[in-house]
Amino acid sequence: MSAVGSEEGIHPRLRDHFQDLGRQTHAARLGMWLVVISEVLLFGGLFALYGSYRAAHAAGFRAAAGETALALGTLMTYLLIVSSLFVALAVQAIRRGAGRRAAAWLGWAAVLGVVFLGLKGWEYASHLRAGLAPGIYYDHPALEGGGPKLFFTLYYLMTGLHALHVAVGVGLLLSLAVLARRGRFDAAYHTPVELGGMYWHLVDAVWVFLWPLFYLLR
Amino acid sequence: MAAAEELVAPAPPDYLRSETTARSWLLTTDHKRIGLLFLGATMTALLVGGVIALTMRIQLATPEARPFDALTYNRLFTLHGVIMVWLFLIPSIPAGFGNFLLPIMVGAREIAFPRLNLASFWLYVAGALTVFAGLLYGGADTGWTFYPPYSSTTPTAVVPILCGVFILGISSTITGLNFIVTTHSLRARTLQWMRLPLFVWSIYATSVILVLATPVLGMTLLLIIVDHAFGLGVFDPALGGDPILYQHLFWFYSHPAVYIMILPAMGVVSEVVSALSRKNGLSYRAIALSSLGIAFAGFLTWGHHMFTAGMSSVDAAIFGILSMLVAIFSAIKVFVWVGTLYRGSISLEAPMLYLFTFLFVFSFGGMTGVALASTSLDLHWHDTYFVVAHFHLIMVGGSLTAFLAALHYWFPKMFGRTYSARAALWGWALVSFGFVFTFFPQLLLGNGGMPRRYASYPERFQTLNLVSTGSALVLATGLVWTAVYLVRALRSGRVAENPWGSRGFEWRTTSPPPVHNWEEPLVVDDAPHQYWREEEA
Repeated sequence: MSAVGSEEGIHPRLRDHFQDLGRQTHAARLGMWLVVISEVLLFGGLFALYGSYRAAHAAGFRAAAGETALALGTLMTYLLIVSSLFVALAVQAIRRGAGRRAAAWLGWAAVLGVVFLGLKGWEYASHLRAGLAPGIYYDHPALEGGGPKLFFTLYYLMTGLHALHVAVGVGLLLSLAVLARRGRFDAAYHTPVELGGMYWHLVDAVWVFLWPLFYLLR
Repeated sequence: MAAAEELVAPAPPDYLRSETTARSWLLTTDHKRIGLLFLGATMTALLVGGVIALTMRIQLATPEARPFDALTYNRLFTLHGVIMVWLFLIPSIPAGFGNFLLPIMVGAREIAFPRLNLASFWLYVAGALTVFAGLLYGGADTGWTFYPPYSSTTPTAVVPILCGVFILGISSTITGLNFIVTTHSLRARTLQWMRLPLFVWSIYATSVILVLATPVLGMTLLLIIVDHAFGLGVFDPALGGDPILYQHLFWFYSHPAVYIMILPAMGVVSEVVSALSRKNGLSYRAIALSSLGIAFAGFLTWGHHMFTAGMSSVDAAIFGILSMLVAIFSAIKVFVWVGTLYRGSISLEAPMLYLFTFLFVFSFGGMTGVALASTSLDLHWHDTYFVVAHFHLIMVGGSLTAFLAALHYWFPKMFGRTYSARAALWGWALVSFGFVFTFFPQLLLGNGGMPRRYASYPERFQTLNLVSTGSALVLATGLVWTAVYLVRALRSGRVAENPWGSRGFEWRTTSPPPVHNWEEPLVVDDAPHQYWREEEA
């Protein structure tokens, strides 16, 4: 990439404290990897909590996991994985300089993200109607005890934090799609698309761990 | 490349004089100015936290709960801890001196992400204001550790303070990220890793901890926030939760946070010891790698805060041994510093004086730490003034002393002026004397059984408490005195480019540095502080 930058002289996107576009891209990617790592640790605290509480309340957690909508959760997993594929295709497209095609892939990925959020909201609503609420608000007489209460507290906290990340990601993908459509990126410079893609894959990967914990381990 | 005619043009203005409007400071993306903003903000926090500390010492001059009742006293020590840990100790050296120096030291023109850097500063301000907003609502009375179940149920203003700390966490994560990327991506081409200034190594190791540990703290505090605000009871045993789990999560961050406070201090010492004894360090590798060793081992020691919280003796023994491992890395550093001094040409300037205080007090802090890491002794000392004295020996004796050493060492670098050496000598004497006699009596008090976090105490402890309170006033006088002569030196100090004759990389550019740090790119053919060459020549 630095070769492309130097052939064309100084790229307009090169900030003057970097030696060349290659180093600048490297810095941006490294920065994004650090963001990803810190996000993993942010969720890591919650996963540690889940692990400890599951060990303490194995039966209660298993029973509570039976209350979540397995088919819906699985569908949402497919949605996110397919949207990640679209983002990867967008990155492939922009690497060839195909801005409009990249914008289309990004747009479709965002649409899938919105559908995911809609399904998640619908699922929350149906749980709350059944009294499967967090902590002291829990009101589901068929399934009593500390385990299910903690399970649903963690369920809302972890999937809620994840949904927040999906919402931010949808915003990112849409703004990247607009910029790509306006021709702001080319084969030499498309770092924001790559970074936005990394973020979206992270959001996807976190869900891939949430899915078994809250839907499959029943 | 500079054209020939530019050589006769007058030198461009330095970073202080290039623009002077308030806007040019508050919205600056220059890492040097942001460093100074952080220094100003963190020293303001030090002032507030210090005034609260003095208030508590005055309360403890007499055994009775006077002038404050227990609840007010609880709020005071909570606020003191929150301000000193999150508003002063964690950001002071990394975000202040690190911001100013790290890009210069690696030969960069700017930090990797200048606008993020500015965002980090304003997030710090927002976090600090949120914490102070909590103060307006009466403050919290939980101690800076916010242990549940009490923190989830206390009627005091836990939520705004924790939100403030959460925002501060984002600020320091961004700063750490910026430092790591700058060190990797913006190093001068000739600057290899094993030639980096040792201050850069220590800030790099600190940044790794900041990026890895802060998110876990953020998450943990968020859980307390939702617990307190909505009564979810994540850590409430009545709902199946486990309060001890909070302590694990909290200390997983907050113990490494101790190394966030001390590693940059060690970096400062490594620079000062070479520059002011005119010797290259005894072992560069030992210092650089032990910084990474501390950063790594620091993640495995959090359990030693919980020996009395129902931990199995096997776990306690493992955590104890791992904690002592950190002492080995620290001791390696102390020996290297002392070995560097040996047969050096030591000049007793202010930074070197503070370095001596650091070595003396830090050794005590470290050794009491090893003692506390042994389970049997910890059971006796847990929650007594012995622990208070131990961590103040590290945090104040280590970090604050190194902060003052850094301030005196790099003052000419930052402002191109120097201060009165005589005034600095007095300041150092007051601070060091005050410090030692504030906290050493507390070791004895703790060993005698005086518990921490109480507004009153049995009468037999009064003599030592009086010594501690009196010395704290001396320490405060020394700090105020230091602030006065340094502020005076900003305007009227003697102009000085490099009064130490230091061979650190940052001194190769002018003082104060130009806007983009380097008029000509930094070219390196060896590690910094190679003083033996001038003797050969």
